Amino acid sequence: MNVLSLIIKREFIAKVRNKSFIVMTFLGPLLFVGMSFLIGYLSSMNKDSITEIAIHDESGLLKNNFKNTKHTHYIDLSLMPIDVAKDTANNNYEGLLFIPKVDSLQLLLDKVEYISEDSPSLEFISKVEKVVDSTLTSDRLKTMGLDADKIDKAKADSTLKLSKFSGGESLKGLNEIKVGIGGIFGYLIMMFIIIYGNMVMRSVIEEKTNRIIEIIISSVKPFQLMMGKIIGTSLAGILQFIIWAIVGTILFFLAQTFFGIQMGASSSVTPEMMEAAQSTEAISKIQLYFNEIWNLPLGTLVTCFIIYFIGGYFLYSSFYAAIGAAVDSETDSQQFMLPVIMPLMLGVYVGFFTVINDPHGMVATVFSIIPLTSPIVMLMRIPFGVPLWQLILSIVLLFGTFIFVVWFAAKIYRVGILMYGKKPTWKELYKWLKY
Amino acid sequence: MDSILKVQNVVKQFGNYNALSNVSLEVPKGSIYGLLGPNGAGKTTLIRIINQITMPDSGEVFLDGKKLMPDDVQYIGYLPEERGLYKSMKVGEQCLYLAQLKGLSHQEAKKQLKYWFEKLGIEGWWDKKIQELSKGMAQKIQFVVTVLHQPKLLILDEPFSGFDPVNANLIKDEIIELNKNGTSVIFSTHRMESVEEMCDYIALIHQSNKLIEGKLSEVKRQYRSNTFQVGILTQNIEGLMVQLTQKFKVGPTNFKSLNEDIKLEVELGNLNSNELLSILTNFGQVTHFVEKIPSVNDIFIQSVSK
Repeated sequence: MNVLSLIIKREFIAKVRNKSFIVMTFLGPLLFVGMSFLIGYLSSMNKDSITEIAIHDESGLLKNNFKNTKHTHYIDLSLMPIDVAKDTANNNYEGLLFIPKVDSLQLLLDKVEYISEDSPSLEFISKVEKVVDSTLTSDRLKTMGLDADKIDKAKADSTLKLSKFSGGESLKGLNEIKVGIGGIFGYLIMMFIIIYGNMVMRSVIEEKTNRIIEIIISSVKPFQLMMGKIIGTSLAGILQFIIWAIVGTILFFLAQTFFGIQMGASSSVTPEMMEAAQSTEAISKIQLYFNEIWNLPLGTLVTCFIIYFIGGYFLYSSFYAAIGAAVDSETDSQQFMLPVIMPLMLGVYVGFFTVINDPHGMVATVFSIIPLTSPIVMLMRIPFGVPLWQLILSIVLLFGTFIFVVWFAAKIYRVGILMYGKKPTWKELYKWLKY
Repeated sequence: MDSILKVQNVVKQFGNYNALSNVSLEVPKGSIYGLLGPNGAGKTTLIRIINQITMPDSGEVFLDGKKLMPDDVQYIGYLPEERGLYKSMKVGEQCLYLAQLKGLSHQEAKKQLKYWFEKLGIEGWWDKKIQELSKGMAQKIQFVVTVLHQPKLLILDEPFSGFDPVNANLIKDEIIELNKNGTSVIFSTHRMESVEEMCDYIALIHQSNKLIEGKLSEVKRQYRSNTFQVGILTQNIEGLMVQLTQKFKVGPTNFKSLNEDIKLEVELGNLNSNELLSILTNFGQVTHFVEKIPSVNDIFIQSVSK
């Protein structure tokens, strides 16, 4: 058998037999499903809670305009003296809305006050402002002699229809779906790189501390050992993800059938969908969303996921292997880890913050071409349609860099695996390149 | 003389540090070749170059008359000084893996392993993990892995470290047996008594240069000082001393003897041993007359501290 395949096989088996691998593989989906249950439960709990706000309206002009809603109840404390109302509100309610006595309604424009221990949410502030605004507006309209009802009726509520040059209707909120899909793929790549890159590093360190390294590299080339390690570990990772995908799906369906519980996301969507389904117009709209998702370049997305995953994982694993060779223990590796983690983090943040706003803007484009961030950022951009030349440039750069980094990592690896004792400095690493 | 290994003008530098400067060696086929030298002399670098772990800056290495090629690793068995095994891997699997890396087929490796495990009486270890074995036990496994693929050349770096005397002897006998069956051995150690006992040839490396190389007996002849240890039973000590000191350098010495004799160490210089003997016989009965042979230890210390 070929030496490289022997090494790959050993690395794969060593990883897969490891207890933590087995535990994580089968516990991972359970944890994931458990977490989504928990999140769904927590967010529904948050929805059911009712916030009680006290109102002390000395003017008597506004309190009737604050109507109870599902999650906010208003309690009228106008009859109490203000000091008592304050105390009561402080002890029993979320906060106190204070409306002073004024001669004319219009003077309330900047007089309404909200007193609370914790600062209120932005949503609440705008809600209160809206009530005051609409009351004052209709009052003004009245003094101008205009009929508020008629004006309301005269108001137009437009929706911007979005379409593409290529024809077909674009839908609002599709950007979020696209970023979501691209984001999942990009995030998967990042997680995989960090988890399995670390495994490669640990396995290199293990060979160093076990002192088996010299025995092995008297039989095989260090480069073969390094590549075998990277490939073998990646296969273990792929296996784990496949198991996760299968087990996760099964668990999900089992949970749904057995408990009849609808999961976090679907529970919030389903009633609306039911309502919406009553009008044929809405049905066609939902249909459009599904069509649009199917019209996403899914083929390109999956192909690119595989290409970028291989390129990105190999690129970073080479770094991890070089780091593992340079140090004697995992604690020593921290110093060298930061420069490796940084571009990954950058990729994720750039992806989530710039791609959603402007998928073809300068920042998003540049980061989707730079090799260290491209696996993550490009995958987030692909659902929005990426020009072919950018895709090709980015992939060529990624694999070019990968070859360069492997060459560079192999040099450090070759020297590092035989160095024991002291932790090297950056300067020494540079020197090793020339040995 | 056929040589199994020939190292020619090998130079290796690490940055500004000279690890080997122009070192040439020749290891005769079928010999046990002691590679000696103080710590940091460059022995490990040389051994790593022979194993193609490190590449020389210049110079060449020939194995069995041909230039050393990457595939030649299957003909070399190497037991490094810094050695270990995968802790969480089972003994049998691990040996199979390492043997296959050396180019053995799965069946061949299994057959050889069975032979060696039986020979060393360790059949019961097959399914044990290395972490369950003691250090000495693990060392035995490492030795088996080193010789499993029947190498032409065996390179052993401190092979006896970590062994108790019984096991050290066992391994020593195995090495000698392998050697008798035609395996050439390069043996790097600081234990001079093992060198004395086992090696036919030695080389001494010091400060990245080769100082001495040759047949152990020839090296010793080179380092002989024409000094004799003598024992004599005589009444006239003073007369003897006067006569001896006129011609030779004389000092006291010690050796085991059953007689109550006078023990002397005499440096002959350019003179013949017969001249010493004729003086001695004039004064009494000679009980001891032996040329002092330099030990490897003496040669080592003498050349290194020059």
